Amino acid sequence: MKKKVLLMGKSGSGKTSMRSIIFSNYIARDTRRLGATIDVEHSHVRFLGNLVLNLWDCGGQEAFMENYFASQRDHIFKNVEVLIYVFDVESRDVEKDMHYYQSCLEAILTNSKDAKIFCLIHKMDLVQEDQRDKIYNERVLELQTRSLPLQVIPFRTSIWDETLYKAWSSIVYSLIPNVQLLESHLDNFCKICEADEIVLFERMTFLVIAHSTRVDNGDVHRFEKISNIIKQFKLSCSRTQGSFQSMEVRHSNFAGFIDYLTGNTYVMVIMSDPTIQSAATLMNISIARKHFEKLEGAQFSK
Amino acid sequence: MSYSDYGDNDPIYGDDLAEEDRESRPRLMLMGLRRSGKSSIQRVVFHKMSPTETLFLESTSKINKDNIHSFIDFQVWDFPGQMDFFDPTFDTTAIFGEVGALVFVIDSQDDYMEALARLHTTVVAAHRVNPNITFEVFIHKVDGLSEDYKIDTQRDIQQTTMDELSDAGLENVQLAFYLTSIYDHSIFEAFSKVIQKLIPQLPTLENLLNILCANSGIEKAFLFDVISKIYIATDSSPVDSQSYEICSDMIDVIIDISSIYGRAAIGAKSQGYLEDHQDGQDDWTQQQDGHGDYEDTNGGIHQRPGASDMNSQTVVSNSSRAGSLNSVPTQQTSGNHEAFSVIKMGNGTVLYLREVNKYLALICLLKAETFEKQGLIDYNVHCFKEAMDQVFELKRAERTRREMEANQLLEEQRHNGMYGHG
Repeated sequence: MKKKVLLMGKSGSGKTSMRSIIFSNYIARDTRRLGATIDVEHSHVRFLGNLVLNLWDCGGQEAFMENYFASQRDHIFKNVEVLIYVFDVESRDVEKDMHYYQSCLEAILTNSKDAKIFCLIHKMDLVQEDQRDKIYNERVLELQTRSLPLQVIPFRTSIWDETLYKAWSSIVYSLIPNVQLLESHLDNFCKICEADEIVLFERMTFLVIAHSTRVDNGDVHRFEKISNIIKQFKLSCSRTQGSFQSMEVRHSNFAGFIDYLTGNTYVMVIMSDPTIQSAATLMNISIARKHFEKLEGAQFSK
Repeated sequence: MSYSDYGDNDPIYGDDLAEEDRESRPRLMLMGLRRSGKSSIQRVVFHKMSPTETLFLESTSKINKDNIHSFIDFQVWDFPGQMDFFDPTFDTTAIFGEVGALVFVIDSQDDYMEALARLHTTVVAAHRVNPNITFEVFIHKVDGLSEDYKIDTQRDIQQTTMDELSDAGLENVQLAFYLTSIYDHSIFEAFSKVIQKLIPQLPTLENLLNILCANSGIEKAFLFDVISKIYIATDSSPVDSQSYEICSDMIDVIIDISSIYGRAAIGAKSQGYLEDHQDGQDDWTQQQDGHGDYEDTNGGIHQRPGASDMNSQTVVSNSSRAGSLNSVPTQQTSGNHEAFSVIKMGNGTVLYLREVNKYLALICLLKAETFEKQGLIDYNVHCFKEAMDQVFELKRAERTRREMEANQLLEEQRHNGMYGHG
């Protein structure tokens, strides 16, 4: 099952950097080495077995942009499932950005009108902390009015913190077919384990696919934080010639287990009942594996 | 013991520590010229700041003292350029009298002649007051230098400094030189070596770790100061920096995850204690802080397990918390109140972490086959902890109560009472 994802935005806005961090295990610092993208770079990312993201990273220099809207118009904008448009928050020439953005929307509207549109206000780390909310809200408001009649889903992002994971988790979530079924099974699993919370991650990117919460934690950013934390650790593991496999953390008031679930996913189980032994939870996870393998097989083999 | 203590220069604050506690901990002083990177080192090592963020640090303009409470009693002194050691109002005795190690930071990317002159006067002045100080020179910011140039710089600095000191008749003063950078683990490793010189119990600790490793099939064991991620002891097998790095990253992961779930589980379930720290990363350390010199630095609400009224503003006495921590050893892994973690790697290595006391954690690297006998390792680590407690006498108050029991355990261990592996 192939899904076409367009990644667009002005040259230097950070499209290739974020793609490299999420899908190619770059650390944020290393993205400095990336050069400009010439024309369109296609990459196929296998996600959850049979779901393949066909990522079109479209170089943002003006010459290319004009080309996309003219001669390559059909080629680029046909059969798009998701359009991700990246705005550099520090951009000097907002009018021009908007002009290209609107041309892009026009092309989408005629060629693939059901596409979901995500707008990432990127490089938020460059804005002073107390200004961030204000600037972000202004931008979003402007974007929404300019995007009509299409609806956009806005995110603020930065490659230096977990916000990037939040945005991309939402993007891939929107692409997974029948995700409600997966969630209901996860709810069931959570109930059986008597866990506080169970989170399902994609194995390679550690993006959050689904979660089930019985006891709410209060920290709304926890999923992307965990994605970020584990991804960083995975990278440091691979530097020492080992790959991350599983972990267990016990504390005075919680126990957390992170382990693989299926060939494509990792699961995190959070327990707070101290009377439940680790072995019981580990056993539950290993039994759940077969169940979820089967579910995944049934869901994506079509 | 929270990270949010940072910047608290209130003199009263430092005095909160029990005197006995202070004596037992090594003291460090960080000196160097302006812009040599002292504040950055301090933030990165002791406040978990990311190295890239240190670019935005303002320069420190006055003599600045920052106390950090971890296993190491650490003080940072920023010395502005005009400081004169020969000024009679400048009390060198008070400053150098109690210091164990003086760390002098030199910016290797800058012209370091002035720094060397300053180093010379500092060594001369400090040595006169306190001949026991160990001098450590961090040749800093070497991330910008090529390999060859690094070595040349170190040789040059080392040569110049030693020549000048011998000219001043101080050829017996020992200086150690380290190449450091905040962008990798070199700064932590350098600190580890500095700290280890200051721990009188080091041979005992090493010996205990050796016994533990030999009896449990552990390949490598580190004893970490959790806040700074400095290792204060390891077994006598050679250290390779990769194992050190992975262990230190493990501490990061555990603290990060604990700061998310350790706190939240509490609020939702009204068990445990509420904490209203601004900084989310101090849960674990705050947690470990139950051995008597607990300080309510943030004026926050702390509630112990068992305290029923969630909104009560009272700070429950320390003893109840210490009690809950120390009832642990009789229980099994599950229900353990101390931090504990296991990470398994694809290449068959297992990382095993267990909290030892309020500052320290033990991290072991072992093979997956060995880890099948986790019960044995748990027990041996427990013996090790008991022995550690004896060595440091950190649990004075409740030691009397458990003296009999603990002595027995230590005795057992000394007589090879640890069950061998296999």
